[in-house]
Amino acid sequence: MPEGDVGWWGLAASLVLIAVTIGISLWRRLGLERDVVWAVLRASAQLIGVGYVLAVVIDPDAPIALSWAWLVFMVLFAAYTVSRRAPEVPGVLVLAMQALTASTAVTVAVIFGLGIFPVEPRAIVPIGGMMVGNAMSSTVVAGRRILAEFSEKRSEVEARLALGQSWQEASRPSLRSAMRTGMTAQIETTKAVGLVFLPGAMTGLILAGVDPVEAVRVQAAIMFLILGAVTINVVVIGTGVTSRLFTEDHRLVRVRRTED
Amino acid sequence: MHPFTFEGVTVNLGGTVVLDGVDATIADGGGITCLLGPSGSGKSTMLRLCNRLEVPTEGRIRFRGEDVAAHDPLRLRRRVGMVFQRPTPFPGTVRDNLRVADPECDVEAAATVLERVHLDPSFLDRDADSLSGGESQRACLARTLITEPEVLLMDEPTSALDPAATRILEELGIELAGDGMPIVWVTHDLAQASRIADDRLVLVDGRLADEHEIGHYLAGEAADHVHDDLDDRALDDCADEEEGGRA
Repeated sequence: MPEGDVGWWGLAASLVLIAVTIGISLWRRLGLERDVVWAVLRASAQLIGVGYVLAVVIDPDAPIALSWAWLVFMVLFAAYTVSRRAPEVPGVLVLAMQALTASTAVTVAVIFGLGIFPVEPRAIVPIGGMMVGNAMSSTVVAGRRILAEFSEKRSEVEARLALGQSWQEASRPSLRSAMRTGMTAQIETTKAVGLVFLPGAMTGLILAGVDPVEAVRVQAAIMFLILGAVTINVVVIGTGVTSRLFTEDHRLVRVRRTED
Repeated sequence: MHPFTFEGVTVNLGGTVVLDGVDATIADGGGITCLLGPSGSGKSTMLRLCNRLEVPTEGRIRFRGEDVAAHDPLRLRRRVGMVFQRPTPFPGTVRDNLRVADPECDVEAAATVLERVHLDPSFLDRDADSLSGGESQRACLARTLITEPEVLLMDEPTSALDPAATRILEELGIELAGDGMPIVWVTHDLAQASRIADDRLVLVDGRLADEHEIGHYLAGEAADHVHDDLDDRALDDCADEEEGGRA
């Protein structure tokens, strides 16, 4: 067994803390036992299922088209997830699809075009997954932030419109503020990496016995690419949602409050 | 030519009829026209139709005889200035605020417009966020005036102000109207309307009220005022008694 392998026994042992969680839920009457059990079952089934699929997709003999198809599937599923998590954002499904497609396409082009990672299934699938996953979270945050911004600053935006500014001008300060918020979280994560937490890719490589310095190089490259992907996402979502909040005759539509 | 005429204007916002077939004229000849009515009667919506921040579901609004829908909304909004319920200072100094409205405005023009709202030119370098409610609302009025509007829309501009600041803004309104600027002023405060209005329109449930409804509304408001006064007096009496008790 390789050093980093958890094994079925290891997986079962990790359930000890789940038992503790259920115990606490019962003790404090939190009523979350069923949710916890369902989450554990669902995560296990999903991950085991994906594990078997991935075994086929990243098999060295498998056609590389399968990996690209998997990447497209991830983008579509991520867009669907964004639309479920932020249904109050107007046109969310189409916008999320555009944003995730743009950010994934650009980062994948950079990663493989510049030869940062080899064009192989074992690189395309996990690296693409990390890009899509991080971009997905930032899409939800940016979409919600932009709605909150226009809801909170409605009178300021309308005061600008009433002075004869176009919606593009009137929305600029709020859009800027929402985009900053959307990007700041990832910038902070990038700053804290290595000191506060060791991110997934690096942890996995170190567990698999790879030299830590090499693992750091891989992780650093991934972090920079994620920051780029998040930026592209925030820009596409920010401008897309903003344009849907105004009419052609420069009026701000009624914004549904974001419920956090 | 009348500043605004409303012809069968209905506004339906998400299934709620806010204005219901309103026919009205904002009279010409300068002066302040007060739009009165209880909250939710459609006063603010009626005002916002004048500069196309809102559009009618049915009917039309004319500005100086021409359908506002035929105007370029951005040009229309520079001809029809608006001051909002709460002060809406933009980030930066008062000068920065004036430059949002008129990027070309020089120090002289800025100082002149501040004088019109009785603010000292030294306010130009003050942070707009640091002003009191009354000063801030006057700076916002100056920001609107610098675009040289032909008509002014005031959407309950004193509702967030204390009585002293309210009086100053009312005086400013009277002054501007005296200089020939027609003003449409939304308020639910009858006492305010009696101080400033040259003309009144009363809205009830999204319709222009008839004589009977106006009488009913005025009586109801007057009763509320008496009620408030009695409540205030009762509170004062309690306070006096408490003080007396302690003494």
